Amino acid sequence: MSFVDAPMTPLDEVHKSPSRVRSLLSFLRKHPQAALGFVILMLFVFVAIFGPYFAPYGEREQVGPIFGTPSGAHPLGLDDGGIDVLSLLIYGARVTLIVGFAGALVAMLVGGSIGIISGYFGGKIDNALMRTTDYFLVLPDLVLMIVVASIWGRSLRNIIIIIGLIYWTYMARLIRSQVKVVRERAYVKRAQALGATHARIIFRHVIPQIAPLLLAQTVLMVGYAIFLETAISFLGLGDPSVPSWGKMIETAFSRSAISYGAWWAIAPPGIAVALVIMAFNMVGTAAEDSLNPRLRVSHLARRHFRLRPLPDKEPPK
Amino acid sequence: MRAGWSYIGRRALFALITVFIAISLNFVLFRLAPGDRTSALRCQGCTQEFKQQLRADFGLDKSVPEQYAIYLNQTLHGDFGRSFVTEQPVIAELWQPIKNTLPMLLLGTIFSIMLGITTGMIAAWRRNTLADKGTVWAAILFYSLPTQWLALMLILYLAGPLHLPTSDIADPYLAYSNAGAWAEFVDRLKHMILPAATIGLVLFGDYTLIVRSSMLEALGEDYILTARAKGLSNWEIINQHALRNSMLPIVTLVFLSLGFIFGGTILIESVFNYPGIGLQIYESVGNRDYPMLQGAFLLLTVVIILMNFLADLLYFKLDPRVTE
Repeated sequence: MSFVDAPMTPLDEVHKSPSRVRSLLSFLRKHPQAALGFVILMLFVFVAIFGPYFAPYGEREQVGPIFGTPSGAHPLGLDDGGIDVLSLLIYGARVTLIVGFAGALVAMLVGGSIGIISGYFGGKIDNALMRTTDYFLVLPDLVLMIVVASIWGRSLRNIIIIIGLIYWTYMARLIRSQVKVVRERAYVKRAQALGATHARIIFRHVIPQIAPLLLAQTVLMVGYAIFLETAISFLGLGDPSVPSWGKMIETAFSRSAISYGAWWAIAPPGIAVALVIMAFNMVGTAAEDSLNPRLRVSHLARRHFRLRPLPDKEPPK
Repeated sequence: MRAGWSYIGRRALFALITVFIAISLNFVLFRLAPGDRTSALRCQGCTQEFKQQLRADFGLDKSVPEQYAIYLNQTLHGDFGRSFVTEQPVIAELWQPIKNTLPMLLLGTIFSIMLGITTGMIAAWRRNTLADKGTVWAAILFYSLPTQWLALMLILYLAGPLHLPTSDIADPYLAYSNAGAWAEFVDRLKHMILPAATIGLVLFGDYTLIVRSSMLEALGEDYILTARAKGLSNWEIINQHALRNSMLPIVTLVFLSLGFIFGGTILIESVFNYPGIGLQIYESVGNRDYPMLQGAFLLLTVVIILMNFLADLLYFKLDPRVTE
């Protein structure tokens, strides 16, 4: 079929961009893996928001013997204080997800703005910022986190800031490379020629272009943030006043759930963490694949070192 | 070769500057701590004069730039101060844990490399089959599991059936019973297996995906087609052409991950109560032993920087095109 024979599309239809909800739906339809992840996530978000209303018992309520075995009344058993594990899991979802989202948000704000400034202005600013990023990339993140957390003290806010401070580097590098591409586009040049200010160009032309990528990266980062939260809670540097999945693993370990053989106190929070991280990964990588053209070649991403599998060269069946 | 030397020089300079920044960051981070080193000391009955005397001893009454200069000088001479707990020099206190950690780390890395290369290779060769999909899903699953949780699960479900010890580095009674060097070696190895297996499984997800994608890339190259046309067997194609060419990213990434897994040992060693550098850091956090923390942080950072530098050198050796 030659170009001339192609049926003409009315102009107004060409310009009508699909609504956000519709484009999200079509994205999920094209990526069943992402759809599965999305469903799991929505489930956990629902639990995080409304959990306290339907949790069977209180988060500090002793309802039975220490490390009571799972039964009809307590499907996941009791922990070291005789507290219902299922209820704790439900209460913990909120804190864990808040830390995940907030940590990723801090990383996005810090990394995103540094990436945009660096990529947009280029030259000496770019050089200085990217060198700094390189140095931060090398620091061992868990150790840095321990040092900062033990100095600043144990609180939810500190954990969120620390997670953001650790993950901004990766975000900054990725966003910078994309901004560098956008900056060279004709409409940006045109806006510059018309005398638009830097702020206007960045907010009107650059950010809308990189926003989807920024979003996809943030989604991926939420998973790592949750991972870090469990690690830092496990080391006893988490917020002592609120329940989280990381803290559940920590208390189960330090109160020797293992000697009691109380698998039900350890296994559920770990499985919940793994499920959430996998779900974020499924959504994030699918979004990344469809938004970031550079990923068509294998590249380094994820925690520190990872080559993502190449998209298969054969057409999908 | 000129370009090569300038590349190596640039990487070396970068490594040196990074070490310097890490040292400075160390100073700044601990200066930001609420109170100073004297208030971290637990002493109820201390008089004001005594505290003043202590501050002078630590050099805390001097100006910040002066303190920085003194700190730099001490650090460059390998003086990291003394542990608050044992009152021994930090360097001496860190040495034994590091010697304990290294063999365990090595065992875990070997384990993950072998597992990762085998499964990644099979997944790439049998792309889009059940084996491939299973491998990728397993990799993502192991990648998502919290490290400390995986270690706990191994204790719960593997230690019993396999009769493996779950705590400490050696059986304390063995030393008294004159069991001989061989028995002691076996005992140490047994204590190492579960922590090493945890490291191996944590890294396995990453390695498998790396090997798989880099193999897929190599398998798509023209020389594989040529090799096939020459009538080479599958094994020859994989072993002599595909694997060899896909080793490049694998080797360097193994080096990079070696540096980072040092951080992961904190979680693993505290679960297995394995007296390595990770457990030392864990205990220093609990004791608020800032000099030890400072020393360990600096040491690990330098190790990671060194590993990065080695990875750069290795990459250059394997693929001289990087200088371009």
